[in-house]
Amino acid sequence: MYMKGLRATALVAGLLTPLAACGSSSTTSGTSAAQPLKGVKIEVAAKWTGVEQDNFLKIAKIFEGETGAKITYTPTGDSLDTFLAPRIQGGDPPDIAVLPQPGLVAQYAGQHALKPLSADVVAAVDQNFTPYWKNLGSSGGTPYGVLIKAAYKSTMWYSAKAFDTAGIQPPQTWADMVGPASQKLRDSGVKAPFSLCGASGWTLTDWFENVYLSQAGPQMYDKLAAHQIKWTDPSVAAALKSLGQAWQPNQVAPGALQTDYPTCVGTVFGKKQAAMVYEADFVGTEMSKYPGADQDAKVFPFPKVGATQPVELGGDIAVVMKDTKGAQALLKFLASAEAGKAWAALPGYFSANKNVPPTAYTDAIHQQLAQTILKVGDDARYDMSDMAPAAFGGTDGKGEWKDLTDFLRNPADVAGTQQKLEADAAAAFK
Amino acid sequence: MALGFLLPALALLGALVVYPIVFSAYRSMFDASGNTFVGAHNYTRIFTDADSRTAMRNTLIWVVVAPSLVTVLGLIFAVLTERIRWASAFKMIVFMPMAVSFLASGVIFRLVYEGDPHRGVINAVLTTVHDTFSSSSVYPGAIARPGSPLTPAPGNAFVTTTGIQPGHMVLLPLVGLPAAQLPKSATQAVPAPAPPPDGISGTVWLDFTRGGGGVQNHVDPAEKGLPGIRVQAVQAGKAVASTTTGPDGTFAFTKLPAGTYTLKLPGGNFAAPYQGVTWLGPSLITPAIIGAYIWIWAGFAMVLIAAGLAAIPRDVLEAARMDGASEWHLFRRITVPLLAPVLTVVFVTLVINVLKVFDLVFIIAPGSVQPQATVLALEMWRVSFGGGADQGAGSAMAIFLCLLVSPAIFFNLRRFRQEQ
Repeated sequence: MYMKGLRATALVAGLLTPLAACGSSSTTSGTSAAQPLKGVKIEVAAKWTGVEQDNFLKIAKIFEGETGAKITYTPTGDSLDTFLAPRIQGGDPPDIAVLPQPGLVAQYAGQHALKPLSADVVAAVDQNFTPYWKNLGSSGGTPYGVLIKAAYKSTMWYSAKAFDTAGIQPPQTWADMVGPASQKLRDSGVKAPFSLCGASGWTLTDWFENVYLSQAGPQMYDKLAAHQIKWTDPSVAAALKSLGQAWQPNQVAPGALQTDYPTCVGTVFGKKQAAMVYEADFVGTEMSKYPGADQDAKVFPFPKVGATQPVELGGDIAVVMKDTKGAQALLKFLASAEAGKAWAALPGYFSANKNVPPTAYTDAIHQQLAQTILKVGDDARYDMSDMAPAAFGGTDGKGEWKDLTDFLRNPADVAGTQQKLEADAAAAFK
Repeated sequence: MALGFLLPALALLGALVVYPIVFSAYRSMFDASGNTFVGAHNYTRIFTDADSRTAMRNTLIWVVVAPSLVTVLGLIFAVLTERIRWASAFKMIVFMPMAVSFLASGVIFRLVYEGDPHRGVINAVLTTVHDTFSSSSVYPGAIARPGSPLTPAPGNAFVTTTGIQPGHMVLLPLVGLPAAQLPKSATQAVPAPAPPPDGISGTVWLDFTRGGGGVQNHVDPAEKGLPGIRVQAVQAGKAVASTTTGPDGTFAFTKLPAGTYTLKLPGGNFAAPYQGVTWLGPSLITPAIIGAYIWIWAGFAMVLIAAGLAAIPRDVLEAARMDGASEWHLFRRITVPLLAPVLTVVFVTLVINVLKVFDLVFIIAPGSVQPQATVLALEMWRVSFGGGADQGAGSAMAIFLCLLVSPAIFFNLRRFRQEQ
């Protein structure tokens, strides 16, 4: 993948050289005005690999063309903190780091490792994002980051063939989905309605958050996210009880606790042992591996459990670690509608930018999702576990990830799960 | 002068060994941020935190089980290779895993232990062997719908909920079977013809029309019979008659004594195919990883022990043989005692190694069972970098681990000195 990126860069550079030569020969002064950051190097560190990385580089190329700056991309690997901590301590952080969780904004701001956004970046954020998304990138009232890439996390993916065989339509309510619809799917001979990716806890936290957001509402969601109410609250019990209806052993494809994220998509579209798999819009890139899945895979919005239609987003927040002109200019560009639209035309990208219209996306599913998010407006919420301290909401085998894995193992134990969640949250939030 | 020559070595040792240890000890007395002094709190945490207690228990299991098994296996291999013809080839094969990086070995064993028999080789073998001796059923996963005359009974069986008198016809609907998986012989289901007065007839069929049409508990035109299902007539808990359904799902009992019967579809019809063992689940994960460890290290033990074996004076063995000692006696009374120093070195080296085991556990255990599989070295990493980012607590665990390893190191050092 790295080689491929390198080759592409070389190719593009080769194509651009004659153009640049043309430009400089006509007006020398014009070039320096058009390229205010000529020769400036900007290092961006993120955990994107593969297609995600290639797509970012394409967007970076636009910025390079406009400003003359040179962007180097450094992949951080899965453990961002292991990558960043030594570089922060060594006094040589990347210019821009892309944090996968807003919880990390507060963490690094607390270590004085972040530089506040400059005034024009803040203006761009104000123009393109609602206050909720601006706050996610802030800590203590100071804006530090821009949500440059989002994931739409309220989608159920299903096999249209399995639904046809069972004679059902995409369910509108949770009660229908876990009740009659599931029953009909099982009757039709699908091993289980749902495929779960329980080898790691993160998809399980997303399940819970959608149920909670829909059942308890956005205000309660914010309180629980900030740990202003306890996990032993009755609203959590109600959400876990609802969740337990979907996580019963006869609802879940066998071996869920050993199935990791990409594999569980294959359970539905490859092995066809289940009819539905819950995860974000990025399942689309995963399922394209399986023959015939592009015809078979469809999406319906995560059904209402309570009064609210849940719309949950996740996403990556870019922060400035070295206060340079180049870094601030790049962030301003990434916060703009122009970059959002260009990025939306590439696959596997979703934007929280309100000035990126649904038509900017090339596929029908993303256009439909973009419309939903405009409709929901201020009720959309960010992934709760990603806002929590990493020890609670972001660590394999610890905190919420572990407690919900245990709950999947024994979905009857609502009270015990609540107590474990509260104990872990109390330890992490102090 | 002497100091001048020692200086480069001392400086290197100081920078690479002494300074990190001292700094870890210092860091271990501060909290996650590194700004607040917390004294011994991080050390008491090792003994109170549930995860690190599991880590300690698992490390204990590792230390007790792994080094002794590896040493014993190494000894057996070493003694055996003295007697077989292709000794070098055998030794090379057993030693080969040492040449593979631990990370790669971990990846290999993650696949070997995979639960799905199509992917995990151990479960593939287990299911093949199992299916050779007991054939799997034709209709695994069949379910009885609520409201149907059937109800699940222990052992995958189904029984009728109400008693049936001879002279009646019963419909026994089942669902939950993919229509594509029915045997080719299955034909359209029909209600069974009415039985004679001393008989019971009925139909077992797949009560599901593609696309969800059809009436429940009613034989609809598009629905197929389930051929080859054993049906038992049960009276007072005992099967008094037994028959098998035909291609259209019908069956009939005749010449039944008067009385009330329940019909039973025994579990053999529906037994789920054997899926092998969940190696990567919470209960078997530690033994599974120890298995991978043994695969890697048995060769190391074998080579060291074989070298020791070659150094044993042959005349002692010859003398014992002349005196009529059996091979087992030779092994127990002469070979093992003479090998004792080598065996101890191998064992102690392995103990040190096992205390530090990290990579295998980290790679083989899926995230959901890492809390159950964790050992001290892994827990140290998880606490410091795995999201908690509490490098104070991590340093405390590092120092604790260092204290645990040091007796073994001192023991080995003393042995070296004695031998010199």
